[in-house]
Amino acid sequence: MNGRRTFLRGFFSVLLSGGAIGGILKILPSKADAREAPPKGQKWYGFGVSVDKCIGCARCMEACKSENNVPREPFFYRTWVERYITRKNGTTTVKAIEPNAEALPETTSDKSILRSFFVPKLCNQCASPPCVQVCPVGATFQTKDGVVLVNERTCIGCRYCIQACPYGARYLHPATHTADKCTFCYHRISRGLLPACVEVCPTQARIFGDLNAAASPMSRFLRMNKIHVLKPGLNTEPKVYYANLDGEVR
Amino acid sequence: MNPEFIHSLQDLLPQIQGYIYPNEIEIHWGLLIVVYPYITGVVAGAFILASLVKVFNVREVQPLYRLSLLTALAYLLVAPMALVAHLGHPERFYEILLTPQTSSAMAMFGFVYAWYLMAVLLLEVWFVHRTDMIGWAEQEKGVMRFIHRTLALYSRDTGERAVAFDHKALKAITIVGIPSAFLLHGYVGFIFGSIKANPWWSSVLIPIVFLFSAIVSGVALVILLYMVLTPLTGGKISMRCVDKAIDFLFYAVIVDFSLELVDFIHRVYQSEEEIKILSEMVMSKLFASLIIIQVLLGMLIPLLLISLTKIFKKRVSLNEDLRKMIYFISVILIQFGIFATRWNVVIGGQMFSKSFRGLTTYKMEFGGIEGLLFAILLLALPIIILAVLMKVLPPWKEVHGEGASEGVEVAG
Repeated sequence: MNGRRTFLRGFFSVLLSGGAIGGILKILPSKADAREAPPKGQKWYGFGVSVDKCIGCARCMEACKSENNVPREPFFYRTWVERYITRKNGTTTVKAIEPNAEALPETTSDKSILRSFFVPKLCNQCASPPCVQVCPVGATFQTKDGVVLVNERTCIGCRYCIQACPYGARYLHPATHTADKCTFCYHRISRGLLPACVEVCPTQARIFGDLNAAASPMSRFLRMNKIHVLKPGLNTEPKVYYANLDGEVR
Repeated sequence: MNPEFIHSLQDLLPQIQGYIYPNEIEIHWGLLIVVYPYITGVVAGAFILASLVKVFNVREVQPLYRLSLLTALAYLLVAPMALVAHLGHPERFYEILLTPQTSSAMAMFGFVYAWYLMAVLLLEVWFVHRTDMIGWAEQEKGVMRFIHRTLALYSRDTGERAVAFDHKALKAITIVGIPSAFLLHGYVGFIFGSIKANPWWSSVLIPIVFLFSAIVSGVALVILLYMVLTPLTGGKISMRCVDKAIDFLFYAVIVDFSLELVDFIHRVYQSEEEIKILSEMVMSKLFASLIIIQVLLGMLIPLLLISLTKIFKKRVSLNEDLRKMIYFISVILIQFGIFATRWNVVIGGQMFSKSFRGLTTYKMEFGGIEGLLFAILLLALPIIILAVLMKVLPPWKEVHGEGASEGVEVAG
């Protein structure tokens, strides 16, 4: 009797602690929801930004808003363009340019300016996306080809993903009350078209394509440039790659 | 789309300092999410106070035992309301229970909550009151008799063996309950602490700081309730009990304060890239709520006041009424302090841009779901629930110190 009781007690405690440790191990890895790049032959989308080519015309922002029904108000963007001005005294000021605004003042005449440039921003479509990790209902997810999407029919609007995104790429859509962000224009790319912002960019500052393709504008971009990503220290593994990115950009 | 909402965002534009990402202007987690950790904190703290009696055998605070259990239950029932109300789609909240994503800290809420409610609090409350409910039902008529019968689940056994089992069960539940209370509030801290994108939140200390501030707020609130309710119901405040509880509160505040100080020193000393914007935020947007309310009014002044009673209690016998007044002021200040702590974590974490280049601002609404009125309602609701609970499961015998000796034997 005693032997059986001891056995059962031991058995259940092992079972319980084993279950607990197993459960923790299952939950803990930060990349629980990260996808590794698939083998060659399968699509794995990425995005390139040539910082030096961007002229801050804001046509990408316009195109994005029309293409994706993004609210017109200046508080909701799937993509935006920042203007950096670094002065000789070392200070840097940043401004997001507004579509439809009057032409920005030239910087060449202002002698106190050391350098200035534009940086397009969008969802980084991280390979290890923190937004996907925190979504309590799995409404935001990563597709097989590496694009992070939001299912607006299951999103509960808790906004945890907005908090978890280090890049400010997400907003709560004021009409649907669900999280929204850049999808690389998934409805277009899955038909072989380019994302709207890439399509309209007059200087080809934006490049889009399959990172697995042997020869494509995207792979050429990665081959021909020194590449950087935003906030690499957070280990989110962004798939939006920047060429000639300035250290001031965060 | 709500034009008023757009208008309110437009009003914020002139108040932005520096550069923020354009999507960052809206503070996504507002007053309701401040209320949520405050309420769960009270739950965890009140339960820890109750467990002092059952597990650690602190006889002096026996009058607080049932009161703190009922307080914990009343607050726990309200906790999810704040969460559900703030969702963009409250009608879909069940998704979090039916199809939770295991990697999400938030998705675990349903399980942690259900465990704490079902396996800990309800069970403990039931075992504590079982024999009483049987006794009450025997003397009552009509509805109350029915309620007590039903709540006792029609058990009638008040024999020695049954009572002994109750005591054994209570001890076991409390022992499981302590780590569960830690889990409940440590977990709430983890929801914030695990966000690596946000340096104001992302800290291993956050769950622990949450835990101790929870103990502080829960213990302080139960003391406050005891000091208000006892005279109102014709009892006499037991100073032995309050002195002892204040002792625990005092140490909890010291630990809480030290932890927050360690966190602060660590941040300043490490001085990482976000330090500039964070110090700017603390010195401007959070100055009143952090430096004045949280630290000065919520911690230092109560610590000073309580220390005074400790110093002078031994030398000059400090007037009992004066001591009561000092305690009363301290526990009220502490409540404000802990509420400010929650505010500073939740709102503070969203006021600086993740570009570390600027600050936005939070404009509290008055009406509406995210407004002040609704938050006050949510904060008042546990008190109303507590009143109902105390009607059904009156703790007065214990609070007034009459049944104390019986309870102590139980604890032994």
